[in-house]
Amino acid sequence: MGSDLFYMLVFPGLAFLIVFSLLAEYVDRKLYARLQHRIGPPWFQPLADLIKLSAKEEIIPQQADTGIFKFVPLVALAAAATAFLYIPLWGRRAPYAFEGDLILVLYLLTIPTVTFFLGGWYSRSLYSMIGAARSVIQLFAYEIPLFLCILAPALLADTWSLSSMTQYYHQHPARMLLNVAGLGVCLVAMLGKLERVPFDIPEAETEIVAGSFTEYSGRLLAMFRLTLDVEMVVGATLIAAVFLPFGLDLPQRLGAAWGGAAGFGLYAAKVLAVVCVLSVLRTVMARLRLDQMINFCWQIAAPVALAQVVVDLVAKGLLK
Amino acid sequence: MHNGDEHVQIPIGPQHPALKEPTSFTLTLQGEKILQMGVRLGYNHRGIEKACEGRTYVRALYLTERICGICSHSHATCFVQAVEEIAGLEVPKRALYIRVLISELERIHSHLLWLGVAGHEVGFDTLLMYTWRDREIVMDLLAALTGNRVNYSINTFGGVRRDITDAQKAEVLKGIDALEERTKYYIGVATEEVTLIKRLRNVGVLSHEDALRLGAVGPTGRASSIPRDVRKDDPYAAYGEIPFEVITSDCNDVYGRTLVRVGELMESYKIVRFVLKNLPDGPIAVKAPRKVQAGEALSRYEAPRGEDVHYVRANGTDKPERVKVRAPTLANVQAVSKMLEDRYLADMPIVVAAIDPCFSCTDRLISIADDRGGSGVLFWQQLREYSIHWYQHHGIDFTELNKTFRRGEDA
Repeated sequence: MGSDLFYMLVFPGLAFLIVFSLLAEYVDRKLYARLQHRIGPPWFQPLADLIKLSAKEEIIPQQADTGIFKFVPLVALAAAATAFLYIPLWGRRAPYAFEGDLILVLYLLTIPTVTFFLGGWYSRSLYSMIGAARSVIQLFAYEIPLFLCILAPALLADTWSLSSMTQYYHQHPARMLLNVAGLGVCLVAMLGKLERVPFDIPEAETEIVAGSFTEYSGRLLAMFRLTLDVEMVVGATLIAAVFLPFGLDLPQRLGAAWGGAAGFGLYAAKVLAVVCVLSVLRTVMARLRLDQMINFCWQIAAPVALAQVVVDLVAKGLLK
Repeated sequence: MHNGDEHVQIPIGPQHPALKEPTSFTLTLQGEKILQMGVRLGYNHRGIEKACEGRTYVRALYLTERICGICSHSHATCFVQAVEEIAGLEVPKRALYIRVLISELERIHSHLLWLGVAGHEVGFDTLLMYTWRDREIVMDLLAALTGNRVNYSINTFGGVRRDITDAQKAEVLKGIDALEERTKYYIGVATEEVTLIKRLRNVGVLSHEDALRLGAVGPTGRASSIPRDVRKDDPYAAYGEIPFEVITSDCNDVYGRTLVRVGELMESYKIVRFVLKNLPDGPIAVKAPRKVQAGEALSRYEAPRGEDVHYVRANGTDKPERVKVRAPTLANVQAVSKMLEDRYLADMPIVVAAIDPCFSCTDRLISIADDRGGSGVLFWQQLREYSIHWYQHHGIDFTELNKTFRRGEDA
């Protein structure tokens, strides 16, 4: 019981996740700024923003549904943080791994988007409602390619557990290369999930102010902001676990003392590398329109993801 | 809200992240599609025309320079030209060349600013950061030449107020070289970056015929292949002697307007080099009289946003009798509704930005004279009474007829 609480709340649970998310946000913002020839924020800026925002007054619109308005940010954060417990970090297994946790993680990662919709819709502000509708329309566009390209490697590994999948690819490192196309699609879909340029359509500042978040302020907004950071880290961890499961035996090879540190370092490097790729992508592109985004996802991303499924199925037949 | 024929009206402005100045657009949306758009100007009316009438010419010049923060030199030059024409002043050639130099540097800073704003409107903030950093080069040059980053105050009646030294010439040439290099890079970005092109191509289409009909000016018109440029058509200052080309495009869309503006940047560099090479010697100003003889003049000037028009009437005193300004945005703003027909909400910011609007320059006040001394707002009952009164006044009386109808209703 005691160790369960430690797992969930401290490490690798909530406390670690929040610290790591803020670090990831810093890396993202700093790199984005440097690529734009700006200086960028100091390392503690994400934390300072969080504290400052939490201390601000919460204003809830009169027409808004107060219950849902206040409740959804919490659900969003809880869902994103829970997903983290089922993804293997640098050991071979996640703390609560079970056969089928892959589906659970994908499901939990969908919840924040649904909460963006609910929060926006029940704000009853025009900008929020348009943003909420856009969130969901966008969800239908990127979710299928994302699911397909994460399930494809699972087909080859013949398991629905992320931990077993990681182990499988660890035993057959060359087979990771089969999933490169999936990695690409997954990165693109992740941009949609995190609502970042070029897919920041639901919160396009120059069109609908802040989309779903327009009416949010204070602690509730801080929670949504934190959710996006946490989602970024969880998403990057998922990508690292599914597509980049190398170096997992470092802890065993180096012994207890150095092994843990090396394993952690490798994990952090993988996640931050994914974050950096996401930052670069948002630096070099303009925001697409909703119709263009949907066309892109269905005409390019989805077929590539399907091809990935076929590749893995064929490979499974041949490599048996 | 997104099903069937239900419509939503959303306000863009007067305060909105897409707008840098207060103005109000009301969009009627069906889903993401724009069905209708209403524009309301007038949030930033400052009464400059009227204020000019109460000031001496020199103080009015100071005021006209402040009509626009971006094209301050345009308005000042346009005003000065009108007054000089009435007063019959012969401006020295060197002064005219210096005016051209400042006007082209201003065009460079304005177009670079626009490129950044356009990038921001389509969510491409990297372009904004890049262009605005490079814009600092030309801002510094303007500060070095005139003492100010904006509102250069270089003009005076009869010439300019500051001369240019050889050291300054070399500095400007160096800055222009750096900017030309950067502009070539931006041309590459605008013509090669896929997501940017997707957001600009076939967006905000204004056909050649519509552009002519709606009187689009400046880069907005030139992107619909209207080769109109006051610098060429009605050369003022020293433009008659300077070789340059009028950039046009037949794309008719926001992409075309981008190409025209970056193309004009390259032409401006050419003009600046020519001016610095061929700067004539001589005085920079002639003495202007304090009082201007009676007369009137209309002056045209190609501002970065299009044709700027100033009308001045003098009555022999030291104050103008009437000053009238037509800023280029007023000529272009009508075209925006046309450009947004059947477009998406997402296109609205970039389409509005593509005319490079300057709303505070355009803002004007329409006051409806109310002969009944009311507030100008009529409720239905008042309107009905007014109409009955109006018809009675014109000899038509429905009172009897009305009574007959009423009786019918009661029965």
